[in-house]
Amino acid sequence: MNPVWLILFAPLGAAAVITLVTQRWKMLSAFVSCAAILLGFVLSVGIFLQQGQWQSPEPLRWLVLEGGWVIEFGATVDRLSVLMLLVVTGVGSAIHIYSIGYMRGDPGFSRYFACLSLFTFSMLGIVLSNNFIQIFIFWELVGVSSYLLIGYWFERPSAAEAGKKAFLVNRIGDFGMMLGILLLWTEAGTFSFAELPERVAAIPAGTLGLISALIFCGAVGKSAQVPLHVWLPDAMEGPTPVSALIHAATMVAAGVYMLCRVAFLILPSETALTLIAWVGGVTALMAATIAITQNDIKRILAYSTLSQLGYMIMSVGLTGITPAMFHLTTHAFFKALLFLGAGSVIHALHHEQDIWKMGGLWRKMPVTFVTFLIGTLALAGVWPLSGFYSKDEILLLALKENMALFVVGVVTAFLTAYYMGRGCFVAFFGRPRDRHAYEHAHESPLVMTAPLVFLAILSVIGGWGSYVPHFLQPEGHGAHHEAWKGFLLLLVPAAGFGVAAWIYGRAEPSDEPVKAALGRLWNVLENKYYFDEVYLWIVRNVQGAVASGCELFDRWALQRLGVGGLAGVTGLAGKTLRLLQTGNVQAYAFVFGVGLTVIIFYVVVR
Amino acid sequence: METLLFIAVMLPLGAAFVGFLVPASRPQWMRALALAATGVSLALTLVLFWQFDRQEAGYQFVFDLPWVPALNLSLKFGVDGISMTLLLLVSIVSFCGVLISHEIHERQKEYYILFLALTTGISGTFCTMDLFFFYFFYELAVIPMYLLIGVWGSLPPGRHGRTREYATMKLTLYLTAGAVLALVGLLTLYYAGGRTFDMVELMANLRLSEDRQWWVFACLLFGFGFLASLFPFHTWSPLGYAAAPTAASMMHAGVLKKLGAYGIIRLALPLMPEGARAWMDLLAVLCIFNILYAGWAALTQRDWKFVIGYSSVSHMGYVLLGIATLNVIGVSGAVLLMFAHGVMAALTFSLIGWFYHQAHTRDVFELRGLARQMPFIGTCMVMAAMASSGLPGFANFASELMVFLGAWQQGSTVFRIATVCAVWGIVVTATYLLWAVRSSFFGPLDERWKALSDARLAGHRLPYVLLIVVLLVVGFWPRTLTDIIQPTVKHAILREPVAMAQVDQR
Repeated sequence: MNPVWLILFAPLGAAAVITLVTQRWKMLSAFVSCAAILLGFVLSVGIFLQQGQWQSPEPLRWLVLEGGWVIEFGATVDRLSVLMLLVVTGVGSAIHIYSIGYMRGDPGFSRYFACLSLFTFSMLGIVLSNNFIQIFIFWELVGVSSYLLIGYWFERPSAAEAGKKAFLVNRIGDFGMMLGILLLWTEAGTFSFAELPERVAAIPAGTLGLISALIFCGAVGKSAQVPLHVWLPDAMEGPTPVSALIHAATMVAAGVYMLCRVAFLILPSETALTLIAWVGGVTALMAATIAITQNDIKRILAYSTLSQLGYMIMSVGLTGITPAMFHLTTHAFFKALLFLGAGSVIHALHHEQDIWKMGGLWRKMPVTFVTFLIGTLALAGVWPLSGFYSKDEILLLALKENMALFVVGVVTAFLTAYYMGRGCFVAFFGRPRDRHAYEHAHESPLVMTAPLVFLAILSVIGGWGSYVPHFLQPEGHGAHHEAWKGFLLLLVPAAGFGVAAWIYGRAEPSDEPVKAALGRLWNVLENKYYFDEVYLWIVRNVQGAVASGCELFDRWALQRLGVGGLAGVTGLAGKTLRLLQTGNVQAYAFVFGVGLTVIIFYVVVR
Repeated sequence: METLLFIAVMLPLGAAFVGFLVPASRPQWMRALALAATGVSLALTLVLFWQFDRQEAGYQFVFDLPWVPALNLSLKFGVDGISMTLLLLVSIVSFCGVLISHEIHERQKEYYILFLALTTGISGTFCTMDLFFFYFFYELAVIPMYLLIGVWGSLPPGRHGRTREYATMKLTLYLTAGAVLALVGLLTLYYAGGRTFDMVELMANLRLSEDRQWWVFACLLFGFGFLASLFPFHTWSPLGYAAAPTAASMMHAGVLKKLGAYGIIRLALPLMPEGARAWMDLLAVLCIFNILYAGWAALTQRDWKFVIGYSSVSHMGYVLLGIATLNVIGVSGAVLLMFAHGVMAALTFSLIGWFYHQAHTRDVFELRGLARQMPFIGTCMVMAAMASSGLPGFANFASELMVFLGAWQQGSTVFRIATVCAVWGIVVTATYLLWAVRSSFFGPLDERWKALSDARLAGHRLPYVLLIVVLLVVGFWPRTLTDIIQPTVKHAILREPVAMAQVDQR
């Protein structure tokens, strides 16, 4: 059997075993779940080392439709999917192990690991899919595992709401994606990624643009791009390792991965590319501006994730498939690291997430602090950490392709360094603001710090030698020739850190000093440009009105007036006819007589 | 094998007659009898399914017992891919329905007798090859349903302002009215087809002019449309389910409702293809109303059973849309969805029964945080909600996908619009289901519900597990059913010419 199947199905088996058998034995559940993904990681490394002898396994014929259409269930093994396999299983393994420490003592421990394994299965399914229907299937499955994990603490109303919101917003994106798939099917006559590239050429440009835009809707939902980004910050209601795995490193990157997988569809369409690039650019900038006002450490990271995803999408839109995947990879390392670091802090402070209640933590939690700092620097794009290489590839691409987007990218990079610097200074430096929390703070156990160190190492070396781009594009990848521009760009994060240090480093503020300076603008940013309010208004008023309208029509027009009216008329007819049945014998005799007379008259006289 | 089919269909009715002999003071005997009858019936159906020749498009296991030769009447059973699928559905749902009926404590003897008669009524309708018995079995199903709701049902007061008696009366009148309308069409077919009730002979003999096809088809479409809760003839449905006892809701939403769609597929489409073409655009438009209108109406309900009731109206829209496509993928998708939705609706209603039986309320807002108190039921409910909103892995996804593909493939503007609306419909479905689940199961547990208990006994869990397993098996490997449905739809329903000879032989 091809090891790819084992990589894919081991986590599903783990989820089933945990749900059905080991639910009561918590540590066993954790072991099963971790073993499944570690096995996947080992096998993925094995596949990676066997470069050149890759073989996609024989696909199953999942659904055979009349007319010769076959929907396959297959597994693609190529450079793109092997890279993703390594990222998902590698980062995933670290997060699974970390979870053992983080979730210790939680009553739903086994359920947590079952959901985590279900997620891993679904995510690997997306990575391996060889056709549009299959990717849509796993697309939905990651959606549901995300729903289950965001709402993991379902007794908290906010968590339950956030899970629902994430699922529904994603569904709206999937609505477009499904239509795109349908349209593509009738135009090209296949779902298969292998067959599509040659058939795409025959599709008229306008239709192809429409298809690409519709498929892109799916990515907008899953990768949380404007205007469907609203679910991701709320998704932070889930346990922090979940935020790290699903809402930072892997699932939200699935949209980017999918676009790269179907690049043959997008690249020929100029309109779609422009749309994609600008959606990405706007998201990157907008999320970064929101991030500077957030006080919850996880929300800062969430907006940062949005912003970085915006970079990747923008890169795809600028035809930079390889830079997008490169940034996806390094981002998975350092963003998972940052979330796990934040989780370590939250764990130590007994679920305190407000950075203004932290402060001075570097003394108490040295490992967490150092690794978090590495993550921060990598995210900001500081040489020689991984983020520097991948982000610069995107920025240099933008410089070449689109000046406006380059400016957007640079401003975003500046803001990134600024808000990450702000978070670091407030949380880890300065004097402890909450004495009580500070005294109870402690370094996390080895089971949590070991994954931090592992991810920190990856965050440092992940970009060296531009290995990832070379791996993806062995036959030539040209980004080095302008490396000096890249080093020039180092000034941007330096400026960001500098400003942050100047504001938050020298003084000992207990409240936000920038708030007054920004005035009204601060409110707009803090309220996330009022997207949630507008959407809520639409849901309440538009959807609510339509729904009530339907219900009222059903109750009054159909049930009361229609059915009730019909019943009333029937009843009335009965009542009227009843008047004839007087029960008076003379009356009956009279009618009888008249009738008889009429008949005799008719028979005789005619 | 032929006899096996006969037994599988008639066994519940036989058990109902035996039930008359069971003393009323021994309800547990009656329950055991019902369990045995539906259980054996399910086992036999599985054997039949196993033995079913998957290469064959026509009827199999044909059982023929001449009844009234003068009228050309015979009790004739046979299953093809469509009937087999639906017989499987009836057997599964009725077995689970009996299992779930442990909550019935009054007049158990009569309850099970009626339930068993209902079961044979429905499976008989799906398996008979004779027009007369088609009608006969249908009526055999409607009357017990009337009594089951009227005697054992309950309807909490709400803004509908109706009583249980009103609900059951309305439901029965609708089902009968639809049947009468269909009967007009069926009788026309009987005379036009050379005075035969035999469906296979009808297929071969019937020649109707286009004009007559037009109105006879309309009779069948709207007559059966009543049963399938086609907009605007759907208002009996949510109210009726809300008033019905759990097992009756399961049988009705799960299976009885599918009879309408089955009638259209089995009789109207193959016998009057030109008539079908004339009406399909209108049907597609009505389906949009079914899907979206009922979905939105579900959003405003407070009673769980009304939510699911409107939801089932909405889902029947997908079934009817699949039928309207008149292509193999779409119609097969409709059949598969009848199966998937039947199992899913049975699952949902049985879950509602579990907490309603204890809490005596089904109010979405009053119930809060039940998942803490009943994790098993909560998990099943989340799965049911996901299945209902078309999550891959459950049978519903594969079937809805086929409906979408079929409708899109149909290609006309009306159908393109209908497909877009239908795809949006799954967003609406997810909205009201997740909202209801969130409201009743998540959040902090309300003090009042601290005393509720979860399903712990294996016997209590069995029906839920069984239904979920069925959904998952078909969802993971839809070809278990699509491979037998598609040839039948292609050759016997849409009657693509190559296979005519094959159909005639049987």
